[in-house]
This record gives sequence, structure tokens and C-alpha cells, in this order.
Amino acid sequence: MRVGLFLTCVNDTLYPRTGQATVALLERLGCDVDFPLAQTCCGQMHWNTGYGRQVEPMVRGFAETFAGYDAVVTPSGSCGAMIRDNHPRAAARSGDAALADAVAAVVPKVHELSEFLVDVLGVTDVGAYFPHRVAYHPTCHSLRLMRLGDRPTALLRNVRGLELVDLPGAEECCGFGGTFAVKNPDVSAAMGADKIRNAEAAGAEVLCAADNSCLMHLGGMLTRRQGAVRTLHLAEILAATEADPGGLTWAGVRNGARG
Amino acid sequence: MSAVPLGMPSFPDAAREATRNPTLRRNLRHATHTIRDRRAAAVAELDDWAELRAAGAAIKDRTLRHLDTYLEQAEAAVVAAGGHVHWAADAAEANRIVTDLVRATGETEVVKVKSMATQEIGLNEALAEAGITAYETDLAELIVQLGDDRPSHILVPAIHRNRTEIRDIFRDAMGEWGIPAPDGMSDDPRELAEAARLHLREKFLRAKVGVSGANFLVAETGTLVVVESEGNGRMCLTLPETLISVVGIEKVVPTWRDLEVFLQLLPRSSTAERMNPYTSTWTGVTDGDGPRAFHLVLLDNGRTSILADEVGRQTLRCIRCSACLNVCPVYERAGGHAYGSVYPGPIGAILTPQLRGTGSAVDASLPYASTLCGACYDVCPVAIDIPEVLVHLREKVTAQRGHVIERSALRAAAWAMRDPKRYTALQRAAAAGTRALHPRRLPLPGWGKAWTDTRDLPAVPKESFRTWWQRRDTSGGTK
Amino acid sequence: MTDSRARILGRIRTALAGTERTTPAPAEPIARDYRDSHTDTGLVELLAHNLADYRARVHHATETDLPDLIARLLGSRGAHTLVVPPGLPDGWLPTAAGLRAVRGTDLSAAELDAMSSVLTGCAVAVAETGTIVLDGGPGQGRRMLTLVPDHHICVVRTPDQVVASVPQALRRLDPRRPQTWISGPSATSDIELDRVEGVHGPRALDVVLLVPPGGA
Repeated sequence: MRVGLFLTCVNDTLYPRTGQATVALLERLGCDVDFPLAQTCCGQMHWNTGYGRQVEPMVRGFAETFAGYDAVVTPSGSCGAMIRDNHPRAAARSGDAALADAVAAVVPKVHELSEFLVDVLGVTDVGAYFPHRVAYHPTCHSLRLMRLGDRPTALLRNVRGLELVDLPGAEECCGFGGTFAVKNPDVSAAMGADKIRNAEAAGAEVLCAADNSCLMHLGGMLTRRQGAVRTLHLAEILAATEADPGGLTWAGVRNGARG
Repeated sequence: MSAVPLGMPSFPDAAREATRNPTLRRNLRHATHTIRDRRAAAVAELDDWAELRAAGAAIKDRTLRHLDTYLEQAEAAVVAAGGHVHWAADAAEANRIVTDLVRATGETEVVKVKSMATQEIGLNEALAEAGITAYETDLAELIVQLGDDRPSHILVPAIHRNRTEIRDIFRDAMGEWGIPAPDGMSDDPRELAEAARLHLREKFLRAKVGVSGANFLVAETGTLVVVESEGNGRMCLTLPETLISVVGIEKVVPTWRDLEVFLQLLPRSSTAERMNPYTSTWTGVTDGDGPRAFHLVLLDNGRTSILADEVGRQTLRCIRCSACLNVCPVYERAGGHAYGSVYPGPIGAILTPQLRGTGSAVDASLPYASTLCGACYDVCPVAIDIPEVLVHLREKVTAQRGHVIERSALRAAAWAMRDPKRYTALQRAAAAGTRALHPRRLPLPGWGKAWTDTRDLPAVPKESFRTWWQRRDTSGGTK
Repeated sequence: MTDSRARILGRIRTALAGTERTTPAPAEPIARDYRDSHTDTGLVELLAHNLADYRARVHHATETDLPDLIARLLGSRGAHTLVVPPGLPDGWLPTAAGLRAVRGTDLSAAELDAMSSVLTGCAVAVAETGTIVLDGGPGQGRRMLTLVPDHHICVVRTPDQVVASVPQALRRLDPRRPQTWISGPSATSDIELDRVEGVHGPRALDVVLLVPPGGA
């Protein structure tokens, strides 16, 4: 299966490890992964901040870039939801019927990572090894827009050595909310502090999510507080194996030459 | 809608104060979490909740599409049943109509059932200017009135007060308004409810004029419906000689049968009960039972302009259950007062800017008072896509004057994102700049400072993913 | 007033100018895929359970036992005055010494405030929600009657007056009659969103489920 990886601009720029982990994981599971260099951003920040008129070129770019793949995988519930819910709206608004058709053709092929693993590849045990206590934070867009349900936790439960701890108030927003974090910094920080307190109370070593943007907010608060919990993207846990628990080989080159 | 409160700061500024008030935080957290879990249980009892919700939304949408027809039908039915119908284009007109109706009775006091519409138009203040005292009879409204406070929740206007604060308000203020609180009253909610009972009973028994809103107005029969818990509604609707109901034009539902949907959706969403303790329905006037004169005031006050907006229109489906407030993580931390309106929480964040416009600081900030987490949409019994409307309103705000820096920055980003080469160049520049400086805190005002006041910036990696990918891709399978 | 009527209706028509409208309005169908009821059996038991869940006190009696039961309910509260609506079967009334039963037709609110208890029938009861509905019919009286006294005893004829659900109840009721739907005694959630029974309406609600002769 030829999989186009839509990594997202945040991951590309700030979290390349998540991208490398996603590639390692998908290749381990037999996918032919490509990262088309024409990809940029899904337009979520613009859309959600009230600049929806500016996203049309990004929507067009996405549809063109990913038209040729069997499946498009993104390690972000939030950007996945932007594409699934709002690219059709943006296309409809543009009045460009060809764009609307292109978007309608690509959107059904777009999957968030855990959705792709469970629904398309049909696996919940990806052969991972991660001997730590992990709390899973279902980010809002993963939970309520992408409706990932128990897919991420089903994957985590099958990770050898991993102890999944219950996160109190798991379904509550962490307070990131894109530009909310800077437009309403006090409420955002209050929400983040509560989320971190809950992760600490659960005894987690690692706070895991399917969205690095939320983890950037929580991680930023955690390092500021020098807390004991660290944040990690779901892909990086699922890519870890007994042979390579630290993911030292992910950054290697392709075609089995990583060792 | 009544004006923005004088000196009302923007939402972020008002919310900052609230987040630093530990008592308020504790009160709100306790109350919202209590009701949240109970609502979920009450809803889970019905395995056809999704179908009820869809029907509720569909009934409201169809009604709104034919609002003129249904209002005329409702008017004719109310008149045929012996009631009088008045139309108020705005708050001032509604207040004038009610004031004149009360004056015509010769009375200088009215008892009131909790009503969002009369709060929205500032009726109590208008009546006071005309020398008429309005007594709020809902327990929470009484707490707000006696405490000279502002409501902070749709269902429980005094949610920001805990039992001890309520005890103090009753002890200090009840005597000024009528029968004082019993000596030695504790802060046990049962004793507080008992004090309210004694204080208000005397007012109910002598009242000649009652003022209410309504939860529903049935067009085909002219029937009004008030859903409540305490019995103060029944008192106000039944004992006075004259009843005046101020009802937003969006409250109309076409048929008596339609209530079968809303009387299932509303109580479970609102107070998390299978059914609220009391629901009153009445049609015009009835010989020998209840008020001898009934006046219905149909209120527009900005609703028709919401109707004109095809995305915003769904806001008018709202049945004021307040489930969205109770699940909202932002409301829980910011409190209701930060919204600067009688409609707080997620529904307020979309309703207020549509009723009042986005001219003031607080109104322009309300569409941003949300992380778009979607919890409100999930619990809304009439499926109002609040995040969708918030984003829609953000577009209206950004189209206004101002926002120069933000708009330019985002336009530049959009320009870069349009083209992978520009995007890559921007990415490299940003990475180089941040890595060179290694800032953990940014001192300059604006978004950077807002981020780093409480959070470290992420460490920027040496190499972006795409740079690595290209390296890996061109290395042709060897290291 | 007429001007505002025309103005509001005009604004509505302008607002909807771009919206497709099928005329007449009721011709636009609504998908009512929800259930007519969630239960078909054991309605009386469910009603009893849900009434009790909201702190109504539930009793069972045959028509023969009824006067004694009512006498006991009144006696347990030390009630001396009982108000009854027109049309209430005489056979329901207790004959206990010291109890005064008053027909409530002409009593003012203040006079009703001095009465200990009120005894009525009902129009229909809803099992799924634990609700009794009064519509001012025979044996139910004016709305004020069941509101001002602090103690309400309501008799429900089972199984005839018991329906499963809200949709079924609405079909039995005439919207032209003033109605009171009662689910447990008066309550409030206004202090810390926690439910407390007993504010302005009757603080005590006794519901008697009247079993037909020979049992249900």
C-alpha cells in the first residue's frame, strides 16, 4: 500500500522524531511510505482563528499533493479533523467545483495514525515495547471530531511492558486550543495545570497523546515546572521495540539500511 | 439586548481575575462536575437520545424556516383563548409594554418567575425606574437579587456562590426586602431553602401581577409551557390576577405533539432529571383557574438578525438548558461574569455577539473564549454546532477594523504555506532564529509573552523532518 | 404595537428571503425516529420506582382501603384540615374524628395556606419519568389547590391512568386545559447544583396507586 504521510507543519518543524517514528512504524508494518515534499500546512490555525478565507490555497495544495496515494496518514487528530471537516467547507465556499471534487476525492483516504492502524491495517498489536507507566490524553479533536474512541488505548494496551494508567478527567480539554493558548493565556494555563495535576496524580511517567500541539502546551508547562512527567506522541511509543527501545534507528536511512 | 455592562473588560482580562479567585474556582468546579456526571447518567437512560436530539434540531429548524407563519398562528390561538398578544421589536419596547401593563393594574409590585428573556432586556431595572418593584422568586435569582449581584449561569444564576456565602447574603439582606432570615440559620441547603420559602410565601400570597418567560409556545394551540423545579413558577403563574409572559420569538414550536421531544430533551440536559418537578402549561385564560388576564409579549430584540445569518441561525434552536455551560472547561475556570452578559458559557459566546454585535471589547473577544474542544456540541440537546458558529463569528471579528498585526502575520503565514519553497525557507529561518537565541521566556508583549509566561517554548531540533527525509531519500539506501 | 408586529414579521421574511421554504410549513416532514416509549411492561412498578426515586412517598391501596390509608397519611403529619376538589369520589374521604374536609371551590390563596393537606386524583401518570399530571378535571380542582397546601396526596387509578412515556401522556391530554406535571415534591438545585427537596410547592407528596378490585 502506498501511503502518503501528511506530517503537519508543526511536526515537520518542531517534532521530526514523531515523523521518523511514524515512518519506522508504518514501514515495519509493510507500508510503502512517502513524504511528498510539496506538503505544507492544513490551514487549521487560519481557519480557527477567523481567517478562513486565506486557507483555500492550502486546501488546494493538500488535495493536489495527496491525490495519488492509496491512503494518507497523519499523526495528528487535530489536523486530520481539519481536513475531514473543514476542507470540504472551504472548498464549497470557494465556489470552485473542481476543487470541491478534488477535496471530496482525497478526504475519504485521510486517516489519523491510530485509525489507519486499527481500521485499515487491522492491527492493534504493532509489536511495540515501552516499559513505562503511561497516561493517555485523548485530545479534543481526536476524541470529539475524529471519534478515535478506544483505538489509541487498544494500541497502547498491546504494547509490551507498558502500564496504561487511568487519567482522571481524561476527556477534558488541556487548554491548548490553538491561538486560544495565547489569546486567553490565563484560562489556558489553568486548564493545562489541571491536566498535569491529573497526570501526576495518576502516577504517570509519560503523558501520551495523538497531537503534538496539545503536548507542546503541556510539555512547555511541565518543563517550566520541572515536573516528573514527560510528554510523548503516540507514534513514538508505538515505534519503540525491544530491539530498539530508544528509537535510535528511526533516524537512519530507508530500505532496511537503518542499522 | 441590554447594553454591555459599564466598564466591562474583554473576556481574557475578566477571566484572568476569575482564575486567580480560589473560592470561585472551587465553587464552579464542584457545581459543574456534580451536574456533569448526573446529566450523562440521565441521558444514558434513553437509548434513542440521538434520535430525539435529531428530531429536536429538525423541529426547531423547520420552525425557524417558517417563523412568520408559526408566530401568526400562535398569536391567533392565544387571542382565541382569551389572551392578549403584544409585539416588541427591541428591549426598550418590551419594557415599555410590560411597564404600561403593570401600571394599568394599579399595582406597584410584581412577582417574577426566572426568565432569561426578561433578564436580557433588563426588565427589573426598567420597572424600578417606573416605581414598580419586581421580586425574583427563583431561589438562585433571589440570591442574586439580595446580594446585589449579577447572574453567572443560565440555570443556576448564583452558581458562583457556595452555601456559606448564600447564608451570609440571606442573613444580611432578607430583612431589607421582606421577612428576614430565621435567627441562627445554618448553611445547610435545606435551611436556606426553608428561609426562601418563608420569605417569598408572603409575597406570593399578596401578589396581583406575575411576570414570566416561557420555555415553549405551541403555535397550533397557543399553549405556553414553563418548566421549573421549586414551585415558584406555579405560584407566579397561578395566584396573581394578571400574568404577563415575555417570550422570545424563537420559543415557538408548531404542535402540542412536538413537546414530546422537548420535554424529554430539556430536563435531562438541564437538571439531569428524568423530569423536572413541575411543568405548567396554560392556554389563554381559564374560568375559575388562574389569572383572569393574560398578556403575551413576543420579543425580537436582535433575534431576526440572527435568523438572517445562515450559519448563525442554529443558535436560535437553543432551549436554554445550560448543559453546554456545565461541560465547558473554559466556563469552569473563567466563571459566568467574564462573559459580560446574562448568557454566559459557550451558548453565550455565540448568542451575545450576535444579539449585541461585536463592537465592544468583550463582545469581540467572546468568539475566542473557547478552545473549540467540542464538548458543548456533544451535549447540546438540539445539536447546535457551537464551534462552527464560533469560528464563523471569528471571521466576522477579523473582518472588522483593527487586528492589523495579527491579520498581517497570518496573511504572511498563509502566503508562505501556499508554496512549499517559501514554507521551507520560513521554517529554516524560524529554526535558525530560535535556536540561536534559545529563549525560554519572551519578554515582548503579544503572543510570544502570552505563551512563555507559563510555558517553555519547545526546543527547536537541528533538522526539520523534511530535511532529514531528503537526506535519507538521496542517500540511496546507504548510510 | 401594530407597527412592531409588521416590522418583526417583515424582518423575518427578509431574513428568510434566501432560504428555500416549502409551503405550507407542516408539509416539511420531521424524522421522528425516536421511541414512542422505552418500556411496555411493568409500568405500575416502574412508576412507583421513579416516583420514589424523586422522594415522593408511594402507597398501594384498593378503593376499600383508601379512606383508612388517607387517614393514616394525614394522621402521621398531624394534619387536621384537608381540602378536596369538586368531583372527588366521596368514598375516598376518611371519616376520622377531628378531621375537617373542605371543598376547595372558593378558598382564597391565604385560606388555602391555612390548610394542612390536599387530596386529589389525576389525569394521567407517566411511568418512565415518575410524573403525575393534573389537568383540572373532576377530582383535581384548580391549580392553586394542589400548590399552596404543604402536603399533597394524589390518587392514581392503575393501570388505566398509567402510560409509559411522555409522548403517550401528551396524546391523552387536552392542551386547552391548564396542566400541572408533577414529578416528586418541590425541589431545587440552586445551591451548588445539588438537589434539595422542598421549596415553594408542597414539600410532601404522597402518591397512592389505586389497585382495582381483585388486584392489577
